[in-house]
Amino acid sequence: MTPNTGTSSALSPRSALAASFRGGTATAALLLALIFVVIATQNPSFFEGPPLMAFAKKAAPLVILAVGQYLVIVSGEFDLSVGSLVGAQVVIAARLIDGEESMTLPVIALMLVFGLVVGLVNGLVTTLLRVQSIITTLGTMLILFGAVRYWTGGAPTGALSESFRVPGRGGIEDVPFFGQVPWALVIALVVAVAAVLCMRSPFGRALVATGDNDVAAAFSGVRVWRTRTMAFIGSSLLATVAAVLIGGFAGVTAQVGEGLEFTAITAVVLGGVVLGGGRGTVVAAVLGALTVEALFTLFNQLYLPSTIQPSVQGLIIIAAVAYAARRGDLRLPERLRRRPDHPTERTLGSSRR
Amino acid sequence: MRVPRVLLAGAAGLTLMLTACTTDTPDDSPEGGNGEAGSTPDGEWFDQAEYEAQLAQREITPEGPEDQPWLQAIEPEWIDTAEFAHDAPEDATLCFSNASVSNPWRVTGFITMEQQVEALQEEGRIGDFRVSDAADDDNQQISDIQAFVDSGDCDVIIISPSTTATLTPAVETACESGVPVVVFDRGVNSDCMVTFIHPIGGYAFGADAAEFLVENLDPGSKVLALRILPGVDVLEHRWAAAQEVFGDSDLEVLGYEFTEGDGAKIKDLVSQHLQRGEVDGIWMDAGDGAVAALEAFEDAGRPYPVISGEDELSFMRKWQEEDLTAIAPVYSNFQWRTPVLAASMILAGEEVPSEWVLPQEPVRQDRLDEYLQRNEDMPSLHYAKFGGEDLPGFPEAWTER
Repeated sequence: MTPNTGTSSALSPRSALAASFRGGTATAALLLALIFVVIATQNPSFFEGPPLMAFAKKAAPLVILAVGQYLVIVSGEFDLSVGSLVGAQVVIAARLIDGEESMTLPVIALMLVFGLVVGLVNGLVTTLLRVQSIITTLGTMLILFGAVRYWTGGAPTGALSESFRVPGRGGIEDVPFFGQVPWALVIALVVAVAAVLCMRSPFGRALVATGDNDVAAAFSGVRVWRTRTMAFIGSSLLATVAAVLIGGFAGVTAQVGEGLEFTAITAVVLGGVVLGGGRGTVVAAVLGALTVEALFTLFNQLYLPSTIQPSVQGLIIIAAVAYAARRGDLRLPERLRRRPDHPTERTLGSSRR
Repeated sequence: MRVPRVLLAGAAGLTLMLTACTTDTPDDSPEGGNGEAGSTPDGEWFDQAEYEAQLAQREITPEGPEDQPWLQAIEPEWIDTAEFAHDAPEDATLCFSNASVSNPWRVTGFITMEQQVEALQEEGRIGDFRVSDAADDDNQQISDIQAFVDSGDCDVIIISPSTTATLTPAVETACESGVPVVVFDRGVNSDCMVTFIHPIGGYAFGADAAEFLVENLDPGSKVLALRILPGVDVLEHRWAAAQEVFGDSDLEVLGYEFTEGDGAKIKDLVSQHLQRGEVDGIWMDAGDGAVAALEAFEDAGRPYPVISGEDELSFMRKWQEEDLTAIAPVYSNFQWRTPVLAASMILAGEEVPSEWVLPQEPVRQDRLDEYLQRNEDMPSLHYAKFGGEDLPGFPEAWTER
């Protein structure tokens, strides 16, 4: 097995830093900085406190979703159900709370339980029934989408209470320079720090090892099914937190949550986390999420026609990931620069790559 | 080692390309922002004659009972349906092919329709009522209609088409089977049906909203347009009419944004516009998420804009609470009652209008309190002009959806 970028975050800080700069983290950070510079030229007031805080408020749910998605992806799986789950949770909250302040906390508790159950089902079906996670979570996505439609008769009803909306909409008021520091930012920071600590714990290492090579991980004593199930539960619980923030941010509409799973996966991969597992850091996933949101903001600032936006976004993402995969080396890949070796002279790779 | 890594990156990139497409087509689209938006309507979606006809229809007093707008018709041309008269209407089967119930407007309307069916069944004017829901899928709806035709059980087929052009042949097939066909809401490119029921239309909706902004804003004020998505005729007509009205005014249209009706996107887009400068007015092609747009002003500490929404209650309640300068253009939700009533009239051999144009009157400040009072117990995603107050099951059928 080759030494890899990213996974070394558990090592000493210096080598972690060095490692992260070799991988996608640096690319994401660079791209983010670049986008911010362009935004600043278009809209110099963007970096005054309030607009920046507005950006943080909007980006926080995606950051949280990206952290959740990271847990699953780094363990070698996918979670496609998060978008539907966010939608389902907001609709459930609106319907059960129906404007009653006193229902807020019980309903949030219920949402967390629901998130836990969805994660558990995703995890157990994937690990014990051995259904590929892309299929499992695609199924969950459709089940949730359909069940919510059936339950509500097609479109959401009810209303969220004011207190439910505080985490997504409110914040610490009258902070000098920033104006309002959104709770969403605070929550996202807590989630990100907790995730970093978690990835440094034995569980985090087991998670990465599982994603890298589950057979080897199993031989070294990791209970693979339990580790992966925990990752799915983490993803679903974080999606629930994101649902509280998204519902709080803008209230309930029929489209809430649509397509979020793909945005989250985009964010994670843009951060240099490799699909298939085993490589990438939480920080990279967070940076990826911020980059995606910054990209949306940039498109807006540039008045880019909506029709061309997806194409531009696709190009930027491919370029960024390809650049990261080459580790910043812009020369042609070695195999294109010289003749291929005789097949028998090649070293054999591990089963995973 | 090299090769697989490059492949992996390529695969990742491909995934991203695909995901980028699925995720972001409707996204934060800025769009416009230049002089084009607001000056001239797009030719593809603008029909000058139809536009003028709709604006004129707003002024015409409809025929029919004033307290039952769902039975009123603007300049109807009555046609004879004696050939379809049924000997025993209480045994007649109504088949309804619904495009979908995928937004609160359609959910509200469909509940009203079901209650109207119940009332007519009790009176013995219709019998069985069968429904198929195509979930916004054209192909599904085509096969739904075909299944109704093939079953041979239907005495009337009611169709709410999901799209205009694609569903035209399916509606024609239904007509050819000899069963009376009733089409409502969106139209098709055919006149084979017995009656086509719809409110005045998108041009009137868009013009009502735009005219209100022109009247209530000072010249030079800046207006932002929020649209759901491009390419849907009823929505394009609203925007085309607004462009026509704004083009003749002194308002400055900042641009238009596609929002998919998603509150989070609306709030984000409006917040960004507020960061860049003043927004004095908001024009919307549908009321979904109007409250999110207003919240962006609240959160930015700016005064509320002059706004056009829709008769959705969350918006109307906000309007009352905050004493906004606002208008609620209406795409008459009570039209969902009319098709089943028309079906019962056809089964009885009574005359119906060949094109049944229902009134479509916006809710203005003077009647805001009255409509909110009437819908006091209704949920926030309900439509004020649903017109089901006299039906069995009121109000539980609508409050407990």
